Amino acid sequence: MATNYAAPRSEASILSTNKLIRNTYSLLSMTLVFSALMAALAVLIRVGPGFGLVCTLIAFGLLWFVLPKTANSGSGIGVVFLFTGLLGFGLGPTIGYYLSMPGGPQVVMTALGGTGVIFLALSGYALTTRRDFSFMGGFLFVGLFVVLAAALVSIFFPIPGLSLALSAAIVMLFSGFILYDTGRMVNGGETNYIHATVSLYISILNIFTSLLHLIGFADD
Amino acid sequence: MDWLKIGSTALIVAMMIFIWPAAKHMLHNSPEAEKGDWQSAIFPILAVICFVFLLMWLV
Repeated sequence: MATNYAAPRSEASILSTNKLIRNTYSLLSMTLVFSALMAALAVLIRVGPGFGLVCTLIAFGLLWFVLPKTANSGSGIGVVFLFTGLLGFGLGPTIGYYLSMPGGPQVVMTALGGTGVIFLALSGYALTTRRDFSFMGGFLFVGLFVVLAAALVSIFFPIPGLSLALSAAIVMLFSGFILYDTGRMVNGGETNYIHATVSLYISILNIFTSLLHLIGFADD
Repeated sequence: MDWLKIGSTALIVAMMIFIWPAAKHMLHNSPEAEKGDWQSAIFPILAVICFVFLLMWLV
């Protein structure tokens, strides 16, 4: 009887984890499509970089002030779509810049495909091995801090080598975040699919923009 | 005055301010890595780096 008492709890936990993963990837795929459509719209109407930055600022305002209050309700899904739509729209000027370069469409499509491959490979690895990557948490957040500080320096001292190194560091850092976030979903550290979706979306977005920079440099 | 630079700086500083509590919490409360944990994380990230180099070479 003692052994049977343990089994239903474990089965419920597995079902709950599977539901979380299913909901997360469903919402993530929908928000990625929506974000891409918004980015395409921004490219078509030729949104300026200033407007793109305003959209990004509003998106992060939503992330910090609105999402924590709505993440446990249905309105959280609307907030996630608004957040990803704004970030996609804000990315439009960057994509438009790369599309205007010679060989630009190839650069953008290579970055897009590369991001997809990286995300699917890392997610597949974390899901199949079911490893707990939570030990990386401190290292990743400190790394994020260092990257943000370097980004601040690069704004005022635009050194080409620094910005490339920054892009490479961002790809590595957010690859680590994909492992960390997926591991948390699998091992029960994250139970809210809205939070999980937002975390993975931010990782994908940052990897994509960094790949754009790296591949754009290589093409140039 | 370059408003893009000011806006970008404001965004990055805001990010650092909001991320700091989480970073501090993680530094103190992250579990210790066990044997083989870091290898299991570093190998896929190294593979990503090689893949990015491949993409840059192919373009």
